[in-house]
Amino acid sequence: MAATPDGQNIYAEAVATGLWREIPVFRMLLGTCPTLAVTAAVKPALTMGLCVIFVLVCSNIMVSLMRKGLRPHVRILLFTLTIAAFVTVADLFLRAYQPAMSEALGPYVPLIIVNCIIIWRAEARASNSGVLVSIVDGLAMGTGFTIALCILAVIREILGTGRLFEIQILPTTFPAWAAMGMPVGAFLTFGFVLGFINFLKRKRV
Amino acid sequence: MELLYSLLLGFVSVVLINNLVFTKFLGICPYIGVSGRIDMAFGMGLAVTFVMTLSGALTWMIDHWLLMPLGLEVARYVAFIMVIAAAVQLVEMYLKKFIPSLYESFGIFLPLITTNCAVLGLCLFLVVWGTGSLIEAVVLSFGGGIGFTIAICIMAGIRENMQMVDVPESLQGAPITLITAGLLALAFMGFAGMI
Repeated sequence: MAATPDGQNIYAEAVATGLWREIPVFRMLLGTCPTLAVTAAVKPALTMGLCVIFVLVCSNIMVSLMRKGLRPHVRILLFTLTIAAFVTVADLFLRAYQPAMSEALGPYVPLIIVNCIIIWRAEARASNSGVLVSIVDGLAMGTGFTIALCILAVIREILGTGRLFEIQILPTTFPAWAAMGMPVGAFLTFGFVLGFINFLKRKRV
Repeated sequence: MELLYSLLLGFVSVVLINNLVFTKFLGICPYIGVSGRIDMAFGMGLAVTFVMTLSGALTWMIDHWLLMPLGLEVARYVAFIMVIAAAVQLVEMYLKKFIPSLYESFGIFLPLITTNCAVLGLCLFLVVWGTGSLIEAVVLSFGGGIGFTIAICIMAGIRENMQMVDVPESLQGAPITLITAGLLALAFMGFAGMI
Protein backbone atom coordinates (compact mmCIF):
# COMPACT_ATOMS: atom_id res chain seq x y z
CA MET A 1 0.00 0.00 0.00
CA ALA A 2 1.40 3.37 -1.00
CA ALA A 3 1.89 5.87 1.78
CA THR A 4 2.65 9.56 2.16
CA PRO A 5 5.99 10.70 3.66
CA ASP A 6 4.47 10.92 7.14
CA GLY A 7 3.30 7.32 6.90
CA GLN A 8 -0.38 8.00 6.26
CA ASN A 9 -2.44 5.92 3.84
CA ILE A 10 -2.38 7.89 0.59
CA TYR A 11 -6.06 7.28 -0.19
CA ALA A 12 -7.22 8.28 3.27
CA GLU A 13 -5.08 11.38 2.99
CA ALA A 14 -6.73 12.32 -0.33
CA VAL A 15 -10.22 11.89 1.14
CA ALA A 16 -9.42 13.92 4.25
CA THR A 17 -7.87 16.68 2.16
CA GLY A 18 -10.86 16.96 -0.14
CA LEU A 19 -13.60 16.71 2.44
CA TRP A 20 -12.13 18.75 5.26
CA ARG A 21 -8.51 19.83 5.32
CA GLU A 22 -8.64 21.77 2.06
CA ILE A 23 -12.36 21.76 1.28
CA PRO A 24 -12.24 23.91 -1.84
CA VAL A 25 -14.83 26.60 -1.24
CA PHE A 26 -14.47 27.31 2.46
CA ARG A 27 -10.78 26.70 3.10
CA MET A 28 -9.18 27.66 -0.21
CA LEU A 29 -11.72 30.20 -1.50
CA LEU A 30 -11.64 28.58 -4.94
CA GLY A 31 -14.57 28.19 -7.30
CA THR A 32 -16.41 31.10 -5.74
CA CYS A 33 -18.20 32.13 -8.90
CA PRO A 34 -20.44 29.04 -9.32
CA THR A 35 -20.76 28.94 -5.53
CA LEU A 36 -22.52 32.28 -5.61
CA ALA A 37 -24.37 31.83 -8.89
CA VAL A 38 -26.14 28.48 -8.57
CA THR A 39 -26.99 28.35 -4.87
CA ALA A 40 -30.36 30.09 -4.95
CA ALA A 41 -31.98 26.63 -4.60
CA VAL A 42 -30.76 23.15 -3.71
CA LYS A 43 -31.60 21.44 -7.02
CA PRO A 44 -29.39 23.52 -9.33
CA ALA A 45 -26.64 23.44 -6.70
CA LEU A 46 -26.74 19.65 -6.62
CA THR A 47 -26.74 19.42 -10.43
CA MET A 48 -23.77 21.75 -10.60
CA GLY A 49 -21.97 19.70 -7.96
CA LEU A 50 -22.52 16.47 -9.90
CA CYS A 51 -21.25 18.08 -13.12
CA VAL A 52 -18.12 19.26 -11.33
CA ILE A 53 -17.52 15.78 -9.84
CA PHE A 54 -17.82 14.24 -13.31
CA VAL A 55 -15.46 16.72 -14.95
CA LEU A 56 -13.00 16.62 -12.06
CA VAL A 57 -12.74 12.81 -12.02
CA CYS A 58 -12.45 12.55 -15.82
CA SER A 59 -9.85 15.29 -16.14
CA ASN A 60 -7.88 13.84 -13.21
CA ILE A 61 -7.82 10.45 -14.98
CA MET A 62 -6.67 11.98 -18.26
CA VAL A 63 -4.02 14.20 -16.70
CA SER A 64 -2.74 11.33 -14.58
CA LEU A 65 -2.48 9.09 -17.65
CA MET A 66 -0.47 11.63 -19.63
CA ARG A 67 1.63 12.91 -16.72
CA LYS A 68 4.82 11.25 -18.01
CA GLY A 69 4.70 13.09 -21.35
CA LEU A 70 3.88 16.57 -19.99
CA ARG A 71 6.19 19.44 -20.90
CA PRO A 72 6.20 22.51 -18.64
CA HIS A 73 5.29 25.16 -21.20
CA VAL A 74 2.26 23.41 -22.73
CA ARG A 75 1.07 21.89 -19.46
CA ILE A 76 -1.58 24.45 -18.55
CA LEU A 77 -2.87 24.60 -22.12
CA LEU A 78 -3.28 20.81 -22.22
CA PHE A 79 -5.08 20.82 -18.86
CA THR A 80 -7.47 23.50 -20.04
CA LEU A 81 -8.26 21.73 -23.31
CA THR A 82 -8.87 18.42 -21.51
CA ILE A 83 -11.22 20.14 -19.09
CA ALA A 84 -13.02 21.97 -21.91
CA ALA A 85 -13.63 18.68 -23.74
CA PHE A 86 -15.18 17.01 -20.67
CA VAL A 87 -17.25 20.10 -19.87
CA THR A 88 -18.67 19.92 -23.40
CA VAL A 89 -19.66 16.31 -22.72
CA ALA A 90 -21.35 17.25 -19.43
CA ASP A 91 -23.12 20.20 -21.07
CA LEU A 92 -24.48 18.11 -23.96
CA PHE A 93 -25.61 15.38 -21.55
CA LEU A 94 -27.45 17.91 -19.41
CA ARG A 95 -29.06 19.52 -22.44
CA ALA A 96 -30.30 16.16 -23.67
CA TYR A 97 -31.64 14.70 -20.41
CA GLN A 98 -32.34 17.72 -18.19
CA PRO A 99 -33.26 20.52 -20.64
CA ALA A 100 -35.00 22.66 -18.01
CA MET A 101 -32.05 22.47 -15.63
CA SER A 102 -29.63 23.17 -18.48
CA GLU A 103 -31.65 26.25 -19.36
CA ALA A 104 -31.64 27.45 -15.74
CA LEU A 105 -27.91 26.98 -15.23
CA GLY A 106 -27.15 28.64 -18.57
CA PRO A 107 -23.53 29.63 -19.12
CA TYR A 108 -22.51 28.50 -15.64
CA VAL A 109 -22.07 24.92 -16.91
CA PRO A 110 -19.48 25.88 -19.57
CA LEU A 111 -17.92 28.16 -16.96
CA ILE A 112 -16.77 25.00 -15.15
CA ILE A 113 -13.84 25.18 -17.60
CA VAL A 114 -12.39 28.12 -15.71
CA ASN A 115 -13.31 26.77 -12.28
CA CYS A 116 -9.95 26.98 -10.53
CA ILE A 117 -10.63 23.86 -8.45
CA ILE A 118 -10.26 21.54 -11.42
CA ILE A 119 -7.02 22.98 -12.75
CA TRP A 120 -5.70 23.18 -9.18
CA ARG A 121 -6.28 19.42 -8.69
CA ALA A 122 -4.74 18.63 -12.08
CA GLU A 123 -1.68 20.59 -11.08
CA ALA A 124 -1.43 19.57 -7.43
CA ARG A 125 -2.43 15.91 -7.57
CA ALA A 126 -3.09 14.30 -10.94
CA SER A 127 0.09 15.49 -12.66
CA ASN A 128 2.25 13.65 -10.10
CA SER A 129 0.14 10.70 -8.87
CA GLY A 130 -1.23 7.43 -10.14
CA VAL A 131 -4.64 7.00 -11.72
CA LEU A 132 -6.36 5.44 -8.69
CA VAL A 133 -5.27 8.15 -6.27
CA SER A 134 -6.30 10.79 -8.79
CA ILE A 135 -9.78 9.27 -9.05
CA VAL A 136 -10.16 9.19 -5.26
CA ASP A 137 -8.88 12.74 -5.08
CA GLY A 138 -11.35 13.90 -7.75
CA LEU A 139 -14.26 12.22 -5.97
CA ALA A 140 -13.29 13.67 -2.59
CA MET A 141 -12.68 17.21 -3.84
CA GLY A 142 -15.84 17.16 -5.94
CA THR A 143 -17.89 15.93 -2.99
CA GLY A 144 -16.37 18.61 -0.78
CA PHE A 145 -17.35 21.22 -3.35
CA THR A 146 -20.89 19.80 -3.62
CA ILE A 147 -21.32 19.79 0.17
CA ALA A 148 -20.24 23.43 0.34
CA LEU A 149 -22.68 24.37 -2.44
CA CYS A 150 -25.50 22.52 -0.69
CA ILE A 151 -24.87 24.19 2.67
CA LEU A 152 -25.25 27.61 1.06
CA ALA A 153 -28.19 26.50 -1.10
CA VAL A 154 -30.12 25.04 1.84
CA ILE A 155 -29.78 28.28 3.82
CA ARG A 156 -30.75 30.42 0.85
CA GLU A 157 -33.68 28.30 -0.31
CA ILE A 158 -35.22 27.96 3.16
CA LEU A 159 -34.93 31.65 3.99
CA GLY A 160 -35.73 32.83 0.46
CA THR A 161 -38.83 30.77 -0.21
CA GLY A 162 -39.64 28.82 2.94
CA ARG A 163 -39.19 25.61 0.99
CA LEU A 164 -36.57 22.90 0.57
CA PHE A 165 -36.41 20.86 -2.64
CA GLU A 166 -39.54 22.83 -3.55
CA ILE A 167 -41.46 21.32 -0.61
CA GLN A 168 -42.90 23.76 1.91
CA ILE A 169 -41.14 23.24 5.25
CA LEU A 170 -41.60 26.54 7.05
CA PRO A 171 -45.13 27.64 8.04
CA THR A 172 -46.74 29.63 5.22
CA THR A 173 -46.99 32.60 7.57
CA PHE A 174 -43.19 32.95 7.32
CA PRO A 175 -42.46 35.98 5.18
CA ALA A 176 -40.10 34.75 2.43
CA TRP A 177 -36.98 36.88 2.18
CA ALA A 178 -36.96 37.55 -1.55
CA ALA A 179 -33.49 39.09 -1.28
CA MET A 180 -31.98 35.70 -0.44
CA GLY A 181 -32.72 34.50 -3.98
CA MET A 182 -30.99 37.55 -5.45
CA PRO A 183 -27.28 38.34 -5.79
CA VAL A 184 -27.38 40.19 -2.46
CA GLY A 185 -28.38 37.03 -0.62
CA ALA A 186 -25.61 35.05 -2.30
CA PHE A 187 -22.87 37.44 -1.18
CA LEU A 188 -24.23 37.89 2.34
CA THR A 189 -24.83 34.17 2.98
CA PHE A 190 -21.37 33.23 1.72
CA GLY A 191 -19.76 35.99 3.78
CA PHE A 192 -21.50 34.99 7.00
CA VAL A 193 -20.92 31.24 6.51
CA LEU A 194 -17.21 31.94 5.98
CA GLY A 195 -17.19 34.10 9.09
CA PHE A 196 -18.86 31.33 11.08
CA ILE A 197 -16.26 28.80 9.90
CA ASN A 198 -13.46 31.19 10.92
CA PHE A 199 -15.16 31.54 14.29
CA LEU A 200 -15.20 27.75 14.78
CA LYS A 201 -11.57 27.50 13.70
CA ARG A 202 -10.49 30.19 16.18
CA LYS A 203 -12.37 28.57 19.04
CA ARG A 204 -10.60 25.29 18.49
CA VAL A 205 -7.10 26.82 18.52
CA MET B 1 -29.04 56.87 -35.21
CA GLU B 2 -31.16 53.89 -34.31
CA LEU B 3 -28.02 51.75 -34.12
CA LEU B 4 -26.18 54.30 -31.98
CA TYR B 5 -29.11 54.46 -29.58
CA SER B 6 -29.33 50.69 -29.17
CA LEU B 7 -25.55 50.45 -28.71
CA LEU B 8 -25.65 53.12 -26.01
CA LEU B 9 -28.48 51.33 -24.23
CA GLY B 10 -26.58 48.04 -24.43
CA PHE B 11 -23.45 49.69 -23.03
CA VAL B 12 -25.22 51.26 -20.05
CA SER B 13 -27.06 48.04 -19.37
CA VAL B 14 -23.93 45.89 -19.31
CA VAL B 15 -21.98 48.40 -17.18
CA LEU B 16 -24.60 49.14 -14.54
CA ILE B 17 -27.71 46.96 -14.73
CA ASN B 18 -26.15 43.64 -15.72
CA ASN B 19 -22.82 44.34 -14.04
CA LEU B 20 -20.77 41.17 -14.40
CA VAL B 21 -19.57 41.16 -10.81
CA PHE B 22 -22.73 42.10 -8.95
CA THR B 23 -25.40 40.30 -10.96
CA LYS B 24 -23.56 37.50 -12.77
CA PHE B 25 -20.93 36.71 -10.10
CA LEU B 26 -18.15 36.64 -12.67
CA GLY B 27 -14.56 37.47 -11.80
CA ILE B 28 -15.04 37.09 -8.05
CA CYS B 29 -11.56 35.58 -7.47
CA PRO B 30 -9.57 38.65 -8.59
CA TYR B 31 -12.30 40.77 -7.06
CA ILE B 32 -11.48 39.42 -3.62
CA GLY B 33 -7.76 38.92 -4.24
CA VAL B 34 -6.72 42.18 -5.85
CA SER B 35 -9.12 44.74 -4.45
CA GLY B 36 -6.86 45.65 -1.52
CA ARG B 37 -5.26 48.72 -3.14
CA ILE B 38 -6.91 51.09 -5.55
CA ASP B 39 -4.00 51.45 -8.01
CA MET B 40 -3.62 47.68 -8.32
CA ALA B 41 -7.36 47.32 -8.75
CA PHE B 42 -7.38 49.91 -11.51
CA GLY B 43 -4.49 48.20 -13.32
CA MET B 44 -6.23 44.84 -13.09
CA GLY B 45 -9.45 46.41 -14.33
CA LEU B 46 -7.69 47.90 -17.37
CA ALA B 47 -5.97 44.62 -18.20
CA VAL B 48 -9.27 42.75 -17.98
CA THR B 49 -11.07 45.38 -20.09
CA PHE B 50 -8.43 45.10 -22.77
CA VAL B 51 -8.39 41.31 -22.92
CA MET B 52 -12.17 41.16 -22.67
CA THR B 53 -12.77 43.50 -25.61
CA LEU B 54 -10.23 41.63 -27.70
CA SER B 55 -11.50 38.17 -26.92
CA GLY B 56 -15.17 39.22 -27.07
CA ALA B 57 -14.66 40.40 -30.64
CA LEU B 58 -12.50 37.43 -31.63
CA THR B 59 -14.83 34.78 -30.23
CA TRP B 60 -17.84 36.48 -31.84
CA MET B 61 -16.08 36.36 -35.22
CA ILE B 62 -15.04 32.74 -34.80
CA ASP B 63 -18.49 31.75 -33.58
CA HIS B 64 -20.42 33.46 -36.38
CA TRP B 65 -18.08 33.18 -39.33
CA LEU B 66 -16.48 29.81 -38.68
CA LEU B 67 -18.33 27.56 -36.22
CA MET B 68 -21.95 28.35 -37.15
CA PRO B 69 -21.64 27.97 -40.95
CA LEU B 70 -19.84 24.68 -40.44
CA GLY B 71 -22.29 23.46 -37.78
CA LEU B 72 -19.50 23.04 -35.25
CA GLU B 73 -21.20 24.65 -32.23
CA VAL B 74 -20.10 21.61 -30.20
CA ALA B 75 -16.52 22.83 -30.38
CA ARG B 76 -17.52 26.27 -29.07
CA TYR B 77 -16.11 25.97 -25.55
CA VAL B 78 -12.80 24.50 -26.67
CA ALA B 79 -12.43 27.18 -29.34
CA PHE B 80 -13.34 30.02 -26.95
CA ILE B 81 -10.88 29.02 -24.25
CA MET B 82 -8.09 28.65 -26.82
CA VAL B 83 -8.79 32.11 -28.24
CA ILE B 84 -8.73 33.66 -24.77
CA ALA B 85 -5.50 31.90 -23.82
CA ALA B 86 -3.89 33.03 -27.08
CA ALA B 87 -5.12 36.61 -26.65
CA VAL B 88 -3.68 36.79 -23.13
CA GLN B 89 -0.39 35.38 -24.35
CA LEU B 90 -0.21 37.97 -27.16
CA VAL B 91 -1.01 40.87 -24.85
CA GLU B 92 1.64 39.65 -22.43
CA MET B 93 4.30 39.41 -25.14
CA TYR B 94 3.38 42.80 -26.56
CA LEU B 95 3.52 44.54 -23.20
CA LYS B 96 6.81 42.88 -22.25
CA LYS B 97 8.40 44.14 -25.43
CA PHE B 98 6.91 47.60 -25.85
CA ILE B 99 5.62 48.83 -22.47
CA PRO B 100 7.82 47.08 -19.87
CA SER B 101 6.77 49.40 -17.04
CA LEU B 102 3.13 48.43 -17.46
CA TYR B 103 4.16 44.79 -17.77
CA GLU B 104 5.99 45.03 -14.46
CA SER B 105 3.00 46.50 -12.68
CA PHE B 106 0.57 43.90 -14.06
CA GLY B 107 2.90 41.20 -12.75
CA ILE B 108 1.22 37.88 -12.36
CA PHE B 109 -2.28 39.19 -13.09
CA LEU B 110 -1.96 38.80 -16.84
CA PRO B 111 -1.64 35.00 -16.99
CA LEU B 112 -4.33 34.83 -14.31
CA ILE B 113 -6.78 36.55 -16.64
CA THR B 114 -6.92 33.37 -18.75
CA THR B 115 -8.75 31.67 -15.93
CA ASN B 116 -10.67 34.79 -14.98
CA CYS B 117 -14.22 33.59 -15.42
CA ALA B 118 -15.37 37.10 -16.35
CA VAL B 119 -13.69 36.90 -19.77
CA LEU B 120 -14.99 33.48 -20.78
CA GLY B 121 -18.30 34.27 -19.07
CA LEU B 122 -18.78 37.39 -21.13
CA CYS B 123 -18.02 35.54 -24.37
CA LEU B 124 -20.65 32.94 -23.43
CA PHE B 125 -23.17 35.59 -22.44
CA LEU B 126 -22.70 37.21 -25.85
CA VAL B 127 -23.94 33.90 -27.31
CA VAL B 128 -26.84 33.69 -24.84
CA TRP B 129 -27.94 37.29 -25.47
CA GLY B 130 -27.93 36.57 -29.21
CA THR B 131 -25.59 39.42 -30.10
CA GLY B 132 -26.33 40.18 -33.75
CA SER B 133 -23.43 42.23 -35.09
CA LEU B 134 -19.70 42.56 -34.56
CA ILE B 135 -19.93 46.19 -33.44
CA GLU B 136 -22.52 45.24 -30.82
CA ALA B 137 -20.23 42.46 -29.57
CA VAL B 138 -17.31 44.91 -29.27
CA VAL B 139 -19.38 47.51 -27.41
CA LEU B 140 -20.85 44.96 -25.02
CA SER B 141 -17.51 43.34 -24.21
CA PHE B 142 -15.89 46.75 -23.69
CA GLY B 143 -18.80 47.66 -21.40
CA GLY B 144 -18.35 44.42 -19.50
CA GLY B 145 -14.73 45.32 -18.84
CA ILE B 146 -15.63 48.84 -17.73
CA GLY B 147 -18.27 47.41 -15.41
CA PHE B 148 -15.67 45.09 -13.88
CA THR B 149 -13.23 48.01 -13.46
CA ILE B 150 -15.87 50.14 -11.75
CA ALA B 151 -16.83 47.30 -9.42
CA ILE B 152 -13.26 46.46 -8.43
CA CYS B 153 -12.28 50.13 -7.95
CA ILE B 154 -15.29 50.90 -5.73
CA MET B 155 -14.40 47.85 -3.67
CA ALA B 156 -10.72 48.84 -3.41
CA GLY B 157 -11.73 52.32 -2.24
CA ILE B 158 -13.96 50.88 0.45
CA ARG B 159 -11.34 48.37 1.57
CA GLU B 160 -8.66 51.05 1.88
CA ASN B 161 -10.92 52.87 4.32
CA MET B 162 -11.91 49.67 6.04
CA GLN B 163 -8.37 49.19 7.33
CA MET B 164 -9.18 51.75 10.00
CA VAL B 165 -12.35 49.97 11.04
CA ASP B 166 -12.65 47.53 13.90
CA VAL B 167 -14.00 44.44 12.12
CA PRO B 168 -14.94 41.42 14.29
CA GLU B 169 -12.03 39.01 14.21
CA SER B 170 -13.90 36.13 12.57
CA LEU B 171 -15.12 38.33 9.75
CA GLN B 172 -11.74 39.80 8.82
CA GLY B 173 -10.48 39.25 5.28
CA ALA B 174 -12.68 37.49 2.77
CA PRO B 175 -15.94 37.37 4.79
CA ILE B 176 -16.20 41.12 5.30
CA THR B 177 -15.29 41.66 1.64
CA LEU B 178 -18.15 39.39 0.57
CA ILE B 179 -20.57 41.14 2.91
CA THR B 180 -19.50 44.53 1.52
CA ALA B 181 -19.96 43.17 -1.98
CA GLY B 182 -23.46 42.08 -0.99
CA LEU B 183 -24.35 45.60 0.12
CA LEU B 184 -22.88 46.99 -3.11
CA ALA B 185 -24.96 44.50 -5.10
CA LEU B 186 -28.00 45.79 -3.23
CA ALA B 187 -27.08 49.32 -4.27
CA PHE B 188 -26.58 48.26 -7.88
CA MET B 189 -30.08 46.71 -7.86
CA GLY B 190 -31.30 50.30 -7.82
CA PHE B 191 -30.21 50.63 -11.44
CA ALA B 192 -32.57 47.82 -12.47
CA GLY B 193 -35.46 50.09 -13.41
CA MET B 194 -33.34 52.46 -15.45
CA ILE B 195 -34.05 51.02 -18.90
